[in-house]
Amino acid sequence: MSVTTAPKLAAVAVSGLTKTYPGPRGPVVALRDVTFAVGGGEFVALIGPSGCGKTTLLHILAGLLAPTGGEVSVPPRRPGRPPTAVVFQGISTLPWFTVRQNVEYGLRLQGVPRRERHERAEAHIGQVGLLAFADAYPFQLSEGMRQRVSIARALATDPEILLMDEPFANLDEQNRLLLQEELLRIWQESRKTVLFVTHSLDEAIRLADRVLVLSASPGRILTEVRVPFDRPRDFRAIREDPQYGRLSASLWDLLRAEVLKGRLP
Amino acid sequence: MRNSRWLALFSPLALLLLWEAGSRLRFLDPRFIPPPSVILASLADLTRSGELPYHVLVSVRRIITGFLLGAVPAVGAGLAMGLSRQVRALLMPIVAAIYPIPKIAIYPLIIFYLGIGEASKVSIVALSIFFLVLLNTMAGVIGLDRAYFNIARAYGAGPLGTFATVAFPGALPAIFTGLKLGMGFALIVIVGAELLGSDAGIGFLIWRSYQIFAVDVMFAGLLVTALLGWLATAALDWLEHRALPWRP
Repeated sequence: MSVTTAPKLAAVAVSGLTKTYPGPRGPVVALRDVTFAVGGGEFVALIGPSGCGKTTLLHILAGLLAPTGGEVSVPPRRPGRPPTAVVFQGISTLPWFTVRQNVEYGLRLQGVPRRERHERAEAHIGQVGLLAFADAYPFQLSEGMRQRVSIARALATDPEILLMDEPFANLDEQNRLLLQEELLRIWQESRKTVLFVTHSLDEAIRLADRVLVLSASPGRILTEVRVPFDRPRDFRAIREDPQYGRLSASLWDLLRAEVLKGRLP
Repeated sequence: MRNSRWLALFSPLALLLLWEAGSRLRFLDPRFIPPPSVILASLADLTRSGELPYHVLVSVRRIITGFLLGAVPAVGAGLAMGLSRQVRALLMPIVAAIYPIPKIAIYPLIIFYLGIGEASKVSIVALSIFFLVLLNTMAGVIGLDRAYFNIARAYGAGPLGTFATVAFPGALPAIFTGLKLGMGFALIVIVGAELLGSDAGIGFLIWRSYQIFAVDVMFAGLLVTALLGWLATAALDWLEHRALPWRP
């Protein structure tokens, strides 16, 4: 029932987490007894059928929702550094702010002085390659560029943990691949702890050190799979690696059963 | 596109020409319907004598003061009602009860309380736009996607931060819709109020002209009112464009 400070080793520790929502015909269980940990600097992907509570779990970690039961621990809040920063799916930028104002947003709310805010934002806008668009508004950007703004905003706050909620779900396949590469390139520089929610098996395998598989609703952790590829990763080489096919197939076997379960009335 | 623009200019010009011709050729009785040239001439006279500018200034001052007095608290109340279900539950019945009353019907009561001076004119304008701006602002906040509020909260925004960085900028397009609707009502109400009980203003000018049978001045007054409405709309459009550069 509480959010406490994590022990040294794990950046995120979740144990026995349960979340129920009030529904018209009694409470609906969204998450049941979820337990897992993410180590410091680890990149973990969370996959599961749609509606299994992935986003709910992420929102609990971000402090947007309160858990109904169980323990969630994130690192302690240090001055000027938020424990978490979120990259949302879909609408992830504030349309009335320019790219620069969006990237500065988290810093502004933390009360970072204007000058420092400006410099840090500038660096992160550069990191995602949008310096030429710093004064553009989100409506002038493509969906992929908006997600890059969102990533820059999250990283600018220098969080302990980066929470990503299907950030590339609305992109076409090709742009998604490009953004995945870019995300790994940026991640390679900072080595932040990342929890990446996705419904794409391939995305999870390409990006993560470890993949957690969530069951159909109510969500609980079915299994976890370690991804054997070295870093920095070469997507081409991974694609040609026979291990990739085997991993993808075995994950799909697991997930397929859950997706079918979720489709039952 | 170009052609249709010329057509739009053609019909009013043709109407004015027909009117002028009809009035001069005595198809229309110029005592009741003076030709446009006469109306323009008396408009020029009224302007030169300073009488028209005086009445226009009086009305414009009433509109602007009333507009500010009505709009500013309306935006505040609308944002609060949009953000909080409790505040909405508390205030909505009152708003719903007062909003549909034609504000000009309250005017005698206002004169009764505030007298026939400026206070009653400014109050009726403020009152007539207050509810329009309030309801539009509230709808603007309620219509905002939850995702924006999630972004604010995830980055640590408190109530004030949410107010300043999400609710207000997000509701601004709806606020402008309310202001523009309100401007139309403000004009209707101020001219109406000046007709009913006043000693200055465009409405008063039109009413007095009726009493002394100066039909050309009545028409001039109408023309100025139309011009004023057009100018007010243009000013608000310009302001909206400046305030909302983020809209496609």
